[in-house]
Amino acid sequence: MKPLLDSEAFVRIAAPLAVGVVLFAVWEIGFRLAAVPVYLFPKPSDIFNSFLQHGPSLLRALLVTLRVTLQAFVAAVVLGTLIAFMFVQSRAIEVSLFPYAVLLQVTPVVAIAPLIIILVKNTQLSLTICATLVALFPIISNTTLGLRSVDPGLASFFRMNRASRFKTLVKLRIPGALPYFFGGLRISSGLALIGAVVAEFVAGTGGRSSGLAYEILDAGFSLDIPRMFAALFLITLTGVLLFAAMVALSQFVLSDWHDSETRTET
Amino acid sequence: MTVLLPLEPLDERAKQMTTADDRPPAVEVLSAEKVFANGARGLAPIDLAVAEGEFLTLIGPSGCGKSTLLKLIANLIEPSDGRLLWWRGDFKQVGQEGRRLAFVFQEPTLMPWARVEANVRLPLEFANMPRAIADPKVADAIARVGLSAFNRHFPRQLSGGMKMRVSIARALVTSPNLLLMDEPFGALDEFTRNRLDDDLVNLSWERKLTTVFVTHSIYEAVFLSTRIIVMAANPGRIFRVMTIDHPQPRDQGFRDSPRFAAYCRELSTWLAEASLQSVAGGEK
Repeated sequence: MKPLLDSEAFVRIAAPLAVGVVLFAVWEIGFRLAAVPVYLFPKPSDIFNSFLQHGPSLLRALLVTLRVTLQAFVAAVVLGTLIAFMFVQSRAIEVSLFPYAVLLQVTPVVAIAPLIIILVKNTQLSLTICATLVALFPIISNTTLGLRSVDPGLASFFRMNRASRFKTLVKLRIPGALPYFFGGLRISSGLALIGAVVAEFVAGTGGRSSGLAYEILDAGFSLDIPRMFAALFLITLTGVLLFAAMVALSQFVLSDWHDSETRTET
Repeated sequence: MTVLLPLEPLDERAKQMTTADDRPPAVEVLSAEKVFANGARGLAPIDLAVAEGEFLTLIGPSGCGKSTLLKLIANLIEPSDGRLLWWRGDFKQVGQEGRRLAFVFQEPTLMPWARVEANVRLPLEFANMPRAIADPKVADAIARVGLSAFNRHFPRQLSGGMKMRVSIARALVTSPNLLLMDEPFGALDEFTRNRLDDDLVNLSWERKLTTVFVTHSIYEAVFLSTRIIVMAANPGRIFRVMTIDHPQPRDQGFRDSPRFAAYCRELSTWLAEASLQSVAGGEK
């Protein structure tokens, strides 16, 4: 058997984990020695205690945010892919609509969120719309680019064999677009979370379905800084897990053939 | 008249070839010329007949229009003037009469996401052939190029020469009547190229393929061809024609023979002349 340290997979997980443990230890011990008050900057142990204390309400908030994030992400993927397919069907459609996609992208979600929240009665829905708007663009632009980036040699091979439009799409354009599409997924998954949190901030203390952003706001009002950190930690963790899920998905689909996902073989 | 006559009576020779054998030529190029959109004359009017079963090679300096001529024959581009006939009919009839063309590009142009067998099966899928009928054909084509052990591999797991073999298998799987190849082995090392040439010359002979081949290599041209068309540039035209009178199939013995060397020497001289003509020639 190989020693554990020689295993690439083990090092990949263990090394960053070790850095994290060291950082937490320095943080804990340093802040203890310096006696920094909890309301200024909490120690890891304070945050952990806060988790124990506010666990149920934090988890409920996490579920709310997660639901908005996932709904928005799915909506962005479906809509973005459809729009990308529309774009590649005709240059005219792309030329006339692409500037509006850019317009949507460059408008800060904070600026349009209040409008959407006013217009849409259902809070949950309005939050999802905001997050979708943020997450949409990378899917559109990456998928469009991917569907257009066809190997010219293969394209003429398809043309020579008089392949139908449909066959060219299914056998050539879609598989060729997958690496770009997965690149879009990675960016978009993170953006959906950011969009959801930002929209929650704007929506403020909606009362009923309040997510992690509300927890942060509420903790801020009551100067419960450890709870603020706990909520923040949950948001970060969610983002990392989403990203990791997307990486795993693209590895699963592309590892056989695409250079970006091929495992090192020596 | 600004017709640039080839130095050899090409038309006569082509006619003789077709009359010696009752079958119609596979391809006839009848005064076809190509002027590109920017006004450059890619090809002066060209007359050429490709006989059934012939291995015809186009060779010449850069810009002589050999790839353009090959694309005309593949119907990938249209002539600006003149016309081409395939088995005495126009291109539409080729498919209707059950005849097939296959084209092998300079690059392997394989689908990176598909295994070898799926890449080779692709032309049959275009023809909507059921899997049960297609699969033996695919296996046979892969075996022909000696890659049976690799049919579940992805292209990135194969060497450059192996990828080119897959590309050839993909061309052979439809049992084409006319095989067109545009410098297929240009990017490979000489050893690999020679081995693929050995396979190709025997394959085309066994399958009675009609092949039009473009290359830069004198040795490759002499080894493979029954007839070599030497072309010159400015404008692209046929300069001379060489017939390689050596029975097929061919092997290393032919490469080592004094006749092979003599052919290569002569072809090399012709190419040098063609290059000179390509600079001096053309319309003033």
